[in-house]
Amino acid sequence: MNFPILSTIIFIPLVGSLFILITKGSDKNVEKNSKYVAIFTSVTNFLLSLFLWYSFDRSTSNFQFVEEKVWMDGFINFKLGIDGISILFILLTTLITPLCIFSGINSLKFKIKEFLIAILVLETLMLGVFCSLDLVIFYLFFEGGLIPMFLIIGIWGGPKRVYSSFKFFLFTLLGSVLMLVAIISIYWITGTTDVVTLLDLRIGEKYQYLLWLAFFSSFAVKMPMWPVHTWLPDAHVEAPTAGSVVLAAILLKMAGYGFIRFSLGLFPLASYYFTPMVFTLSVIAIIYTSLVALMQDDMKKLIAYSSVAHMGFVTIGIFSITKQGLDGSIVQMISHGLISAGLFLSVGVIYDRYHSRMISSYSGLANIMPKYAFILMIFTLASLGLPGTSGFVGEFLILIGVFQTSVITAIMASLGIILAAAYMLWLYKRIIFGRLINEQMKVMKDINKAETYIFAPLIFLILYFGFYPDPFFSTIDISVNELIKNYQIDLNYHLGNQIK
Amino acid sequence: METIFYILPELFISGAIMFLLMLGVFIKKSFKLVNLLAILSLVFIFALVLNQDDGTVKIFNNGFIIDNFSIFMKATTLLFCFFVLISSNQYIKINNIDKIEYPIIILSSVLGMMLMISSYDLIIFYLGLELQSLSLYILASFKKNEEKSTEAGLKYFVLSALATGLLLYGCSLIYGFTGSTNFEVIRANLDTSNVGSIFGIVFIIVGLAFKISAVPFHMWTPDVYEGSPTSVTSFFAIVPKIAALSVFIRFMYDPFINAIYQWQSIVTFLAIASMLLGSIAAIGQNNIKRLMAYSTIGHMGFALAGLATGTNSGLQSTIVYLTIYLVMNLGAFCCIFMLRRENVYYEDINDLSGLSKNHPALSLAFIIILFSLAGIPPLAGFFAKFYIFMSVIESKMYLLAIIGLLTTVISAVYYLKVVKVIYFDKPKKPFETSDDWGLKISLIISTILILIYFMYPSLIFNIINSITVHQ
Repeated sequence: MNFPILSTIIFIPLVGSLFILITKGSDKNVEKNSKYVAIFTSVTNFLLSLFLWYSFDRSTSNFQFVEEKVWMDGFINFKLGIDGISILFILLTTLITPLCIFSGINSLKFKIKEFLIAILVLETLMLGVFCSLDLVIFYLFFEGGLIPMFLIIGIWGGPKRVYSSFKFFLFTLLGSVLMLVAIISIYWITGTTDVVTLLDLRIGEKYQYLLWLAFFSSFAVKMPMWPVHTWLPDAHVEAPTAGSVVLAAILLKMAGYGFIRFSLGLFPLASYYFTPMVFTLSVIAIIYTSLVALMQDDMKKLIAYSSVAHMGFVTIGIFSITKQGLDGSIVQMISHGLISAGLFLSVGVIYDRYHSRMISSYSGLANIMPKYAFILMIFTLASLGLPGTSGFVGEFLILIGVFQTSVITAIMASLGIILAAAYMLWLYKRIIFGRLINEQMKVMKDINKAETYIFAPLIFLILYFGFYPDPFFSTIDISVNELIKNYQIDLNYHLGNQIK
Repeated sequence: METIFYILPELFISGAIMFLLMLGVFIKKSFKLVNLLAILSLVFIFALVLNQDDGTVKIFNNGFIIDNFSIFMKATTLLFCFFVLISSNQYIKINNIDKIEYPIIILSSVLGMMLMISSYDLIIFYLGLELQSLSLYILASFKKNEEKSTEAGLKYFVLSALATGLLLYGCSLIYGFTGSTNFEVIRANLDTSNVGSIFGIVFIIVGLAFKISAVPFHMWTPDVYEGSPTSVTSFFAIVPKIAALSVFIRFMYDPFINAIYQWQSIVTFLAIASMLLGSIAAIGQNNIKRLMAYSTIGHMGFALAGLATGTNSGLQSTIVYLTIYLVMNLGAFCCIFMLRRENVYYEDINDLSGLSKNHPALSLAFIIILFSLAGIPPLAGFFAKFYIFMSVIESKMYLLAIIGLLTTVISAVYYLKVVKVIYFDKPKKPFETSDDWGLKISLIISTILILIYFMYPSLIFNIINSITVHQ
């Protein structure tokens, strides 16, 4: 039995949050100590996950670091394990969480202790999602994330926080309960919820469609896909900066991960069958939400709609079921995690100084905040997919992938890139360039050291993967190949059955 | 003489009731003593019940049964009665209902429940039911100077009398068409093609549904919960549910098991209606006791959903559900008992406003319990629902499962509403911190159980593994 490194990574934040919970003393001391504990645990966790990446074996498609313990006697085991796809998401989570903690410490004014507890618990649950190899465990972590996120939006959010947090909670819960029905049905159909076993089994044709739809309902809400995306702009606008960052960078990726792991892996026939529907919804999402994004007055809302559009690319890439498409989707998810985190943090910077998210409140910031203008430019260009940034790699690969499956979808999706350039550049132009109209803004300071440290790793990674994305591909290569191979074999088997 | 051994718990509790009554009458101001002795006797009877053998024994002309099922249910009844008593101690004192009759009546209702749980004959069942119901009427109107409490007692009495009448009518029909009051004989003689005996079954189900407050026989619940003193409400929400549900299970799985196709659709209807009404009607409530009443109705719907499967796994998941429900409700009522300021207990949800500012620990416990009641993983409430849906889907009752899960989402609305008031709203004046150890311990135990249940989710399952009703 090896050292249970996955459980350690998952539960370290939880232990950290327990420590914060029991800190006692004067308010100031408690605040200081809980900050240290939170930073310490989240950074330790990041280092541990780097070690995990280092010791990860890139030459096999099997699940690694597998841990299995009896959990519900006789029918469900607590099973963890990762492959090339999940490890990237683990790294993303452990990287973004410390950044959120830094940003929260910088900008939040009250209840910092509770915030740190919530975000650490959330990290545990998100890591659990990417590590679990059992459907029930997956569901447990997937749904559990609602509680801390609900509280983060509701307690530290803006004026309409109650409405947004309720909408977020109920939308996602409603989508997910059907997945629970599907998971239980899978148990009674196949006798197991162990993902590794299920990937080798073939689920009968008559069940696949309904089960796929049930999983889809959950992931589509979480992703979010058009037309169930309406909770996302609300949640983003009201959430505090750190909450928006977690939401955009990690929580949305759980759905994409779910599509890859479960929809494609368990229901190849249904995935094949429903691909046109997914393409249609995604294309609508890309074009429609891009147009909506053009018309926003609120910066956070604009970025939220752009997230929906970018996630549309991800779903297209996943369901193109080609090597390039899947690689592209995974890269796109990671890079969107970095870019959207950067964008929301950038909005947070000026919001902390001027307390407005309206685009019209700002103009000519380049005159007083040159460093900030430079940083925002990198994120803006990365978001619209400029070559040399990680955003380009993802979208380019997705388009190559989908071009092989459906030319029309590829053409329509390409429109989205143009629109993305339009709304992002326009946003940039309106707030950074021009004259400094507002006299009050002259007192605004350029970004300070702490903020620079938060942005530096994001910018570095975006550019690094933009110029040299190989570390991505060498990690996911074998797992994606295996996924597509299994998918083709299973699909041919099912299609052969249907012809008979 | 051997039969005496098997009814030792019942005998002991009867003795305790009479002794405490005498004690209370002859010693002045003896509430503290009587209450303490009543609590201690519950512990002792709990030990006596656990001491009984594992095998199934029927005594008194097969009219009284002791099996794993009844032992588990009796033990649960006694355990939760114990916790309800120790957690409501302070409330009783402050509200001047610390009369010696209070613990004694609770003991006698517990005696009635134990008889119900063990009954294997319509007559013994009816005796037990009446004993517990009469005690509950008195309890509901215990705050006799208060209008609402009296009204609650009267309302409960009138409606309950009607339900009991229907139940008795059903019993007589069953007796008429099967020729016996014994469950075993009823099972053998029950002719499912006979309309008369089906009517009997329906009437009995109606009576029992009233007791567990399943829709459409739930009307009394919100009013009685709101009107009764909170200590009585917490008792109502927890202890009688165990006996009523176990009698429900016993009837469905033993004497009426051959009529499963007839009662299955009725129970499914009751389950769906309770889940829907429990979740929708609760949204508009402002009084936390009324909210708990509707929440109870919804939860009973889930318990019935497990029962509606008619399978053994459905039975077990119902028992698991019931147990977790009891723990959650105990915790919720402990939180309600904490809302005291200058000797006044607050019941309005808006009074909770901003609780998290002044009482962080209590608020944390409260939201853990609320999220668990809503069935959000990884808390215990999720596993309760999970087991129910496992067995419901095993029986291929997909409609029931999907409606159940959708009502989970609807019911999340009102639990979230309370969370919102506690965490998102502006703080009000702080409440007094309670120094009552019984209340604190009950709250801590229930919260921790809910929180760490996910570490070993087959805990209750392993205890009740051997329970089957139908032999």
